[in-house]
Amino acid sequence: MIEASFRGRLGSFDLDVGFAVPGRGITALFGPSGCGKTTVLRAVAGLMRLPGGQLCVNGAQWQAGRRFVPPHRRAIGYVFQEASLFPHLSVEANLRFGLRRARCAPRIGMDDVVALLGIAPLFDRPAEMLSGGERQRVAIGRALLSQPDLLLMDEPLSALDRFSKDDILPYLERLHAALSIPVLYVSHDIAEVERLADTLVLMQAGRVRAAGPIADLLADPALPLIHLPEPAAVIDGKVIASDPQYGLCDVNVPGGVVVVPGDLGPPGTRCRLRIPASDVSLGRHVPLDTTILNALPARIEGAETTRDHQMTVRLRLGADGEGAALLARVSRKSWDRLGLHQGEQVVARLKAVALAESGPPSGPVPDPAENRRG
Amino acid sequence: MAEGALLDAAMIETIMLTLKLATVTTVVLLLVGTPLAWWLARSRGLWKDVVATVVALPIVLPPTVLGFYLLIAMGPDSPLTALLGRKLSFTFEGLVVGSVVYSLPFVVNPIRNAFEAMGPRPMEVAATLRASPLDAFFTVALPLALPGLFTGAILGFAHTVGEFGVVLMIGGGIPGVTKVLSVTIFDYVETLQWAKAHILAGGMLAMSFVVILAMMLAERRLKKARR
Amino acid sequence: MIPPKSAMRIGCAALLALLVPTDPARAGETLAAVAANFTEAAKEIGTAFADATGHTVSYSFGPTGQIYTQITQGAPFELFLAADQARPERAEAEGYAVPGARFTYAVGQLVLWSPDPARVAGRDALAAPDLTHIAIANPRTAPYGAAAVEVMRALGVYDALAPKLVEGKSISQAHQFVATGNAEVGFVALSQIVGHDAGSRWAVPQEMYTPIRQDAVLLAAGADSAAAKAYLAFLQGPEARAIIARYGYGTGD
Repeated sequence: MIEASFRGRLGSFDLDVGFAVPGRGITALFGPSGCGKTTVLRAVAGLMRLPGGQLCVNGAQWQAGRRFVPPHRRAIGYVFQEASLFPHLSVEANLRFGLRRARCAPRIGMDDVVALLGIAPLFDRPAEMLSGGERQRVAIGRALLSQPDLLLMDEPLSALDRFSKDDILPYLERLHAALSIPVLYVSHDIAEVERLADTLVLMQAGRVRAAGPIADLLADPALPLIHLPEPAAVIDGKVIASDPQYGLCDVNVPGGVVVVPGDLGPPGTRCRLRIPASDVSLGRHVPLDTTILNALPARIEGAETTRDHQMTVRLRLGADGEGAALLARVSRKSWDRLGLHQGEQVVARLKAVALAESGPPSGPVPDPAENRRG
Repeated sequence: MAEGALLDAAMIETIMLTLKLATVTTVVLLLVGTPLAWWLARSRGLWKDVVATVVALPIVLPPTVLGFYLLIAMGPDSPLTALLGRKLSFTFEGLVVGSVVYSLPFVVNPIRNAFEAMGPRPMEVAATLRASPLDAFFTVALPLALPGLFTGAILGFAHTVGEFGVVLMIGGGIPGVTKVLSVTIFDYVETLQWAKAHILAGGMLAMSFVVILAMMLAERRLKKARR
Repeated sequence: MIPPKSAMRIGCAALLALLVPTDPARAGETLAAVAANFTEAAKEIGTAFADATGHTVSYSFGPTGQIYTQITQGAPFELFLAADQARPERAEAEGYAVPGARFTYAVGQLVLWSPDPARVAGRDALAAPDLTHIAIANPRTAPYGAAAVEVMRALGVYDALAPKLVEGKSISQAHQFVATGNAEVGFVALSQIVGHDAGSRWAVPQEMYTPIRQDAVLLAAGADSAAAKAYLAFLQGPEARAIIARYGYGTGD
């Protein structure tokens, strides 16, 4: 459990935040630029001291009353927006900097990090000769090797171009799958958050607007996320079968089974599906003559009208309406013509192309525990 | 033998003394100036500005003013003399103290600039990697500020070799103790021994040229290596 | 429209008018370069000179060597009151001064001095066992320094005292060493401590050292200046000599 509350002056407004999030998985601090996300992250690291703050991470009291543990005594790893590698050290010496100073027996070794982040080829290069994405991977490895109990990431992708981002995102997902270290991840990019976060802390002008599981917050009609230009639902699932002949997988999600293109791994592999509302259409019946593979029963929970005569319909998968949350975007005309209403059972049709899998990058996920045994 | 000897014994003595003074002064300057530069680069508030101003004073003050106050500070009634239990004037140690004060801004400013150019980030990174502030100072801040330390050391050395006014005021021109190169050259010029003056002054000119050129070349290489 | 050539000629003429001094004889003004040690006495003499003759004198004070260099570089001084004899002699020899006008206007008096009233009773002060430093002016460049060495040799103590000697660049620096207490005693000029009765002193007998003559010359720039010549005459008169004596200098014969 990570419990934090901080108060302080922040530019033109007061910072007053408090949240309690699970002590595992990725928690995204999400909000517009300047809302205080980075300040909160720096306060958690101890790089900034906000008087009257409270911070307890998985049982360790880092700040309370007059108690303030300085940053170098906190078991954190911090990945800054710019990689901030030490220019006077080689890639390897950068990686070993935190490893040498770790205060506990290494749980993550050099070999694990090298394999997880694919940085073996970078070892002999000077830090300044790396690309932006490579540098950030080394910085993440360096933070991991300091054996953190909590990994803090401050918009680690925002300084990178699109190409470098795509290069590094799979590695972050791989970390998420392979390691049990909780992560606080600051971002203002909803796409990153949708791909990575388990828990979301939504911030606005120095306050916490909402905190909870990401799937719930994305579909919450009271929150601004649903009004984003391209609202989407994220659903975590598990592979139950694969069909190599067609290159498809069956993924079990709460309230149904979704057919996903691609090889997501053997049965049992966890994966996340991102389903944009614009790729979901609604009907009363299961269509018989269509190219769409996925037509799932769902129940309408509610609908919001957007400015441009569109409706964002909130759904729950399953015949009983107890499954995963899903969003569908339909025109007001269709809504009225079909006479849809809240509580009604419908069939949600998912375009195959819409199924954005976000599994691990190609290649097997190394198990750090296994590496050490070897 | 004497026939072609460029330097006589007195000249060698004054050269060796000057090199010794500059070396000792440079070492002391680095030991004193580096923490001071660090403090100036990192702290805020009025005190920082006051101290920075005091450090910069030797740049604008004529050496005679500085030398005069040093002479008073080393006099029999000063707190410094009471503290040390003896006068520092007309001693090698006194010259070192005077040279350190005189050359302080030339050493502190490049080091301070290097620390400031580094920004707060490297120290923050080091802290998040479990390095204590002292550890981070030695393993991160100092190596990153190396070009500044280098420049500071060279400037401090060269400035000490070339100093005249302060040395004259507190040294008393004792051969082998306080009679350094610049004082000897002044003597030769004043007594119209221009041949000897030329040898020493020309040597000093050449050395200064070589030192500053070497510094610029080394600095460029150091910066290139970093890039 | 003025043709450019004429315009240039007019400009040059205007510039020349600015540069060429007005006739000094009529203006009754002169400019003297004076050795720094004679500053106070010179000012008082200047006032008396103006009262007595109606001419006025302006001074430029500085170290003798520096003044001499300035003269060789064409400085507009009409008179040169040096701190030694060598530089005026050389000015004469090298044609910067009007021949035959040189004379000794002041003779420096050497004093062994300490701010401590109990320290200097006489020559024995040099033998005090607790003496750590004796300040003198640079004997190779300053007449007072050379004189101090002569005195110590005459007393037969030079070799014994040599390790205690600290040299000032000039006699004023030697005075500073003593005044600030960094040297317990020092050979200084009487003119430096005249009027300050604190401390103790031994006026060194004149026969123990070569007289420290300070000579004055009329410089080439003042060859036709009535005011400059009048000043030289006034400097040798009884009124000026009384002032000079009051400031701690001998006036020669």
